[in-house]
Amino acid sequence: MFKAKVLIKRRPSILDPQGVAVEKGAKHLGITNIKDTRIGKLIEFNVDLKDRKAAEKEVKDYCSKLLSNPIMEDYEFTLSEFTLENEVK
Amino acid sequence: MSLKFGVVVFPGSNCDHDAYYALRKILNYDVEFLWHKDTDLIKSSVILLPGGFSYGDYLRTGAISRFSPIMNSVIDFANKGGIVIGICNGFQILLEAGLLPGVMIRNNSLKFVCKDVYLSVENRDTIFSREISSDKKVVKIPIAHGEGNYFADDQLLQELEANKQIVFRYADEKGIVNDESNPNGSQMNIAGIVNKNGNVFGMMPHPERACDPVLGRTDGKLIFKSIANYILN
Repeated sequence: MFKAKVLIKRRPSILDPQGVAVEKGAKHLGITNIKDTRIGKLIEFNVDLKDRKAAEKEVKDYCSKLLSNPIMEDYEFTLSEFTLENEVK
Repeated sequence: MSLKFGVVVFPGSNCDHDAYYALRKILNYDVEFLWHKDTDLIKSSVILLPGGFSYGDYLRTGAISRFSPIMNSVIDFANKGGIVIGICNGFQILLEAGLLPGVMIRNNSLKFVCKDVYLSVENRDTIFSREISSDKKVVKIPIAHGEGNYFADDQLLQELEANKQIVFRYADEKGIVNDESNPNGSQMNIAGIVNKNGNVFGMMPHPERACDPVLGRTDGKLIFKSIANYILN
């Protein structure tokens, strides 16, 4: 089994209105040295496969077909293997 | 061909009944609901994807609805030249399904905007706008959305213009397209586009809310009449 962590980011060329608004909020709080705030998504799930390559393929499929919209978003992910016993500990 | 509208009902659609009401009670057209889990379009000649918050707008607007069983039939229907109109969330679903180009992002104000807007009619030669007479520079139709900020890269924008795919743009009362009348930050004030073949149309404003005279505006009827007369003639 693998634990997957997927990070979805809006492409640099696309405006992120949320990031801009949040950064304005920071300025109101007196936090003034922040620049280029971009808001993305972190998605976690488990992949029920033993082989790492097969798991990577499964995650790529999930990312490109559903979790991200390739027109405006890029994704990256990490996979860490675990067994159910490991997880309990 | 006989005229029959099929209004798709997704979990979270909330303009499906408004569309049904406008089409049946105001315009007197044949219309039926299509359940998202079904695949049969029950001989509809026009498919309408209504507004709302299908699947709670989870992940991205329209992202999950796009994989509903009915959408496979709708995509097939559209690819064979069938007439499809997506309104608001329906437009977002058409973008996610790849039936229309581009994406929708958060309004630049970050606010949900609900108000009447004026749309300049950029192309009257489409199935969806042919009944809007040329002396009518603008149509008045309400918007209600939080993610209606249309985004496309420069190349796509040029293509949309060159192919006359832009049908409506946000404008002022006189039909002048400017930043002040852009309610959400859409590029080139885009409010509605058709695909290259001209059979699939998406718009953020709600024509179904501008049909009953009781509501004080009836320009929405022109869009449905355009479709109906195209099929009936």
